[in-house]
Amino acid sequence: MNSFPIIRVITKLLIPYILLFGLYVQFHGDFGPGGGFQAGVIFAAALILYGLVYGLPAVHKVAPPKVIEKLTALGLLVYAGTGLACMLLGGNFLDYDMLNHGFLTELPAALDFLPGDKPHHFLPEGQHLGIFLVELGVGITVTAVMTMIFYAFAGRERVTT
Amino acid sequence: MTEILGLYNYWIVIFLMMTGFYIVIARENLIKTIIGLNIFQTSVFLLYITMGKVTHGTAPILKASHGGESHGVEHGVEHGAEHGHELHAAAEGHVDLGVDAVKEVYSNPIPSVLMLTAIVVGIATTALALALVVRIREEYGTIEEDEILEMDRNS
Amino acid sequence: MMDFIVIPILALLAATAVTVARIRNLWAAVMFTGIYSFLSASWMLILDAPDVAFTEAAVGAGITTILMLATLSLTPRRQRKSGRLSSEDFEERPSKSPLLPLLIVTITGCALVYGTFDMPHFGDPNAPIQVYPNPSFVEKSQPDMHGLPNVVTAVLASYRGYDTLGETAVIFTAGIAVLLILRKNTDDQSSSESQSVTGENA
Repeated sequence: MNSFPIIRVITKLLIPYILLFGLYVQFHGDFGPGGGFQAGVIFAAALILYGLVYGLPAVHKVAPPKVIEKLTALGLLVYAGTGLACMLLGGNFLDYDMLNHGFLTELPAALDFLPGDKPHHFLPEGQHLGIFLVELGVGITVTAVMTMIFYAFAGRERVTT
Repeated sequence: MTEILGLYNYWIVIFLMMTGFYIVIARENLIKTIIGLNIFQTSVFLLYITMGKVTHGTAPILKASHGGESHGVEHGVEHGAEHGHELHAAAEGHVDLGVDAVKEVYSNPIPSVLMLTAIVVGIATTALALALVVRIREEYGTIEEDEILEMDRNS
Repeated sequence: MMDFIVIPILALLAATAVTVARIRNLWAAVMFTGIYSFLSASWMLILDAPDVAFTEAAVGAGITTILMLATLSLTPRRQRKSGRLSSEDFEERPSKSPLLPLLIVTITGCALVYGTFDMPHFGDPNAPIQVYPNPSFVEKSQPDMHGLPNVVTAVLASYRGYDTLGETAVIFTAGIAVLLILRKNTDDQSSSESQSVTGENA
């Protein structure tokens, strides 16, 4: 798409916002609409947009296929690992109540000068922490799988018959 | 009349579903078939989502979070025996249980959850189908179903 | 008020679906599928499922369309000598008489419509799905989740955590399968004349 400067410039302008929105959807998913599945797809959409406009080599530099392949497995491991951690802490598989840590759950006094409403919890614990980790795992896997599928299709050569 | 029209959501879904079904059985192009399956699939998502809707309900994102002080109410006057997805957010404790109490009706979250995962699994399986189509095109040189069958018979 | 939005959306949905069924050009059919997904996402938003709506918008209108276009560019009907393809290379062949499929579809549709007469009405708060389980997840999640407002996320990640783990595994497996099917000739990057999808569209 070298001959379409408008598309190239607009893409560069849009991608940071798409990524930022993806992060918002990922980490705000417990409070508003959102979660790992949506965030993963949005993140992958940003990478795919970059790949479509700037070509496959460019996007390979940003997200190397080797790394993406490992991330697919990593996401699933984070999910299953959260479940196993709950087991090791004495609960059932994926029983997030075991993740209560009691560490820095209140806002430290040193940060009292911050303006605005004080957050209810400082570090998430229990169910909140469990959901956070699990959604993170889902987000990583979905991003990586969608990007990997795009790489597989885009890197394929047309066969002449 | 309104008795019957209350089912319109199912009919819309059935119409879309049958359009998808028609594409799947009538067309012989493999990509068109996958498009038909996609339309069918989306109509199934819509079927589930319409069943979770409650009239005058809102999205299942709770309004006030006051450390579990809210409790469900029996909203008897308007909705009869509904136990469902109503939540009385007792924002000011239990003082104003009377007229000012904020009554919130939520639509059912369970269909949303089921369809959320189904959509993402659906795209993964669609990608798998498309990958198979690409491989078939490379081996057979066509993506028309009957030509592929013809080649298989002749070989 | 909402009817003024819902009715056009539903009409457009039906029209788009019929157009997809009738149109011969596959490029156009793929684009219409994207529009169809986007319209159904709009309806889902009105049906109080914002989570699903924006997954559907991102997946159906975004990624599915891109993957289908990528597949189309890899599967033209014939290869021109010049290497450039026209839209005729993505036309479907005219198919046989549509009467039998239409008959089957009509009969199935009528049977399904007959089946809906036993279903609870749209938006009925006393429908079985709304009454069970009791107490509902909406009521349970507030004390259980210590104030996480989004019930959909709570059910997805916590109450139905096993299920979501399975779904994630399915996505992972599908990704691996696509990789195994398609990654034959991505290793030799030396073939500079390759017509990769992105290269062709550039």
